[in-house]
Amino acid sequence: MEALIQVKITDTQVLHVAALARLKLDPEEVGRFQRELNSILEYMDMLAEVDTSGIPPMHHPVPMVNVFRPDVAQPSQSLSDALLNAPEHEDGFVAVPKVIE
Amino acid sequence: MLETARRYRRYGRSPVQETSDLLRKIQSDPCNAFITVDSEGALRDAAAAEKVIESGSEDVLAGIPVAIKDNICVKGIPATCGSNILSGFVPPYDATVIAKLRERGAVILGKTNLDEFAMGSTTSTGSFGPTLNPWDHARTPGGSSGGSAAAVAAGLCSGALGSDTGGSIRMPASFCGITSLKPTYGSVSRYGLVAFASSLDQIGPMAPSARDVAILFDAIKGHDGKDSTSVPKEYGPTDLDGLDLKGVRIGVPAEFFGEGLDPDVERAVRYGISTMEELGARIREISLPRVRYGVAVYYIIATAEASSNLARYDGVRYGSRSRDAGGLLDLYLKTRSSGFGDEVKRRIMLGTYVLSAGYYEAYYRKASQVRALMARDFDEAFAGCDLIAGPATPVTAFGISEMAGDPLSIYLLDIYTIPANLTGIPALCVPCGFGREGLPIGMQLMAPHFREDLLLGAGMAFQDRTKFHKVKP
Repeated sequence: MEALIQVKITDTQVLHVAALARLKLDPEEVGRFQRELNSILEYMDMLAEVDTSGIPPMHHPVPMVNVFRPDVAQPSQSLSDALLNAPEHEDGFVAVPKVIE
Repeated sequence: MLETARRYRRYGRSPVQETSDLLRKIQSDPCNAFITVDSEGALRDAAAAEKVIESGSEDVLAGIPVAIKDNICVKGIPATCGSNILSGFVPPYDATVIAKLRERGAVILGKTNLDEFAMGSTTSTGSFGPTLNPWDHARTPGGSSGGSAAAVAAGLCSGALGSDTGGSIRMPASFCGITSLKPTYGSVSRYGLVAFASSLDQIGPMAPSARDVAILFDAIKGHDGKDSTSVPKEYGPTDLDGLDLKGVRIGVPAEFFGEGLDPDVERAVRYGISTMEELGARIREISLPRVRYGVAVYYIIATAEASSNLARYDGVRYGSRSRDAGGLLDLYLKTRSSGFGDEVKRRIMLGTYVLSAGYYEAYYRKASQVRALMARDFDEAFAGCDLIAGPATPVTAFGISEMAGDPLSIYLLDIYTIPANLTGIPALCVPCGFGREGLPIGMQLMAPHFREDLLLGAGMAFQDRTKFHKVKP
């Protein structure tokens, strides 16, 4: 029996997901998230018992499609307001570390 | 709120006096309900409101002091979301709900504590320390709008705004003995609300009574072109006379009274339902067979949406930025890893996993299909009843760190509140009794989309008959 019990998420997968999410985890966090995510994912297995064949997925609780507005310029934030919170800025642009070598 | 408005006009109480008294109380608040207090702005708003009232304005919101959950943007006041990653962020604009409250002359006292990015049920996962429950300082006020709930319960404001993604307004309202509304998805603009899970988030009012909640709801609801999920329709004013419950059909789902429900909560909620029956409502048992999957569905969908929404915190345009990064990728990694707390990281990880290649079908798509089936259950139920009644939470307020380190057990507390978010329907929480230890218990009423009039009217009728909402900690 023991051998049949599958782990939902391994340490390697935890590291892969962290990389996708742009998070850097220390070894203690990897172990803890592996255990916690595993027990949460095991709980979610209950969904397998629901027959969902032919059921369209629901992504929005009130049916609405493409919301348009007239293509007319409206007042928006000033450049200085938009840069107010930038950790670093230069000549009206947000500054970041060098991207292209 | 109505009482304060009456005092301003009948007894010569001034909004400036009221506001300065509350600011003094907030300074010595033992519960840590607020993150930021804007004394200067509040007194300025109060002085302006005083002139408006003197000139004869009958607007009940003029000069009414309110508190705002710290994930809603107020121009010029830091918005932290309880997170280090937003340290230093000062919104250059007002959320639409704030602009609407200002137009009516409400006084904004400050920003209230929450779980980091509204992810939690204890108002303790943020970076500003836990909020304590005014009824018992050793206990949690619930979350994530626990700061707003505690501020209302402790009488530090006349009303407050919170946000509700899976129960974050109703759960703390229930734990703190106040009244609150999670409005229909799309009825209140979310422009200026920091996004957590976009198909679930709603802003809603929290206050001592259903009438106060109705006044706040009327002030903030309505279509807004700045929010593409805002539903364009006529939003009429709520009738403050209350609803005649005679003949109103109230469905009681068997699934809301099963395993895990504290007997004290069950007794109080059953009492609440029988009170509505005495007022003329027709009570019938109903079934919502798929609500048992709600927590699993919710924690897939909400985390998937959160992992996408929180990708914006990268240290580039606002918030904190790691100082020792060796390049752009390193900047992202260091900023995010040091900026987010544990619960937020856990949910980003879970959401990224359920959306990742190979797991999307089994988790995210499957959950979205079960969500559709849950919505069908509610449609069928509402074909035979006008309102649905049940508990808001399975337990009363628990010890501050009682459930720390057990995320799944905390998630399971959302079992009764989650369905309204997944289906987009409105839900009201009203105090309906007290448990063995004198802690408040909330009853939840749910209605079809855009039928807040029924919910609030029933809440007023219930509170005209009962006194639970008048008991103070």
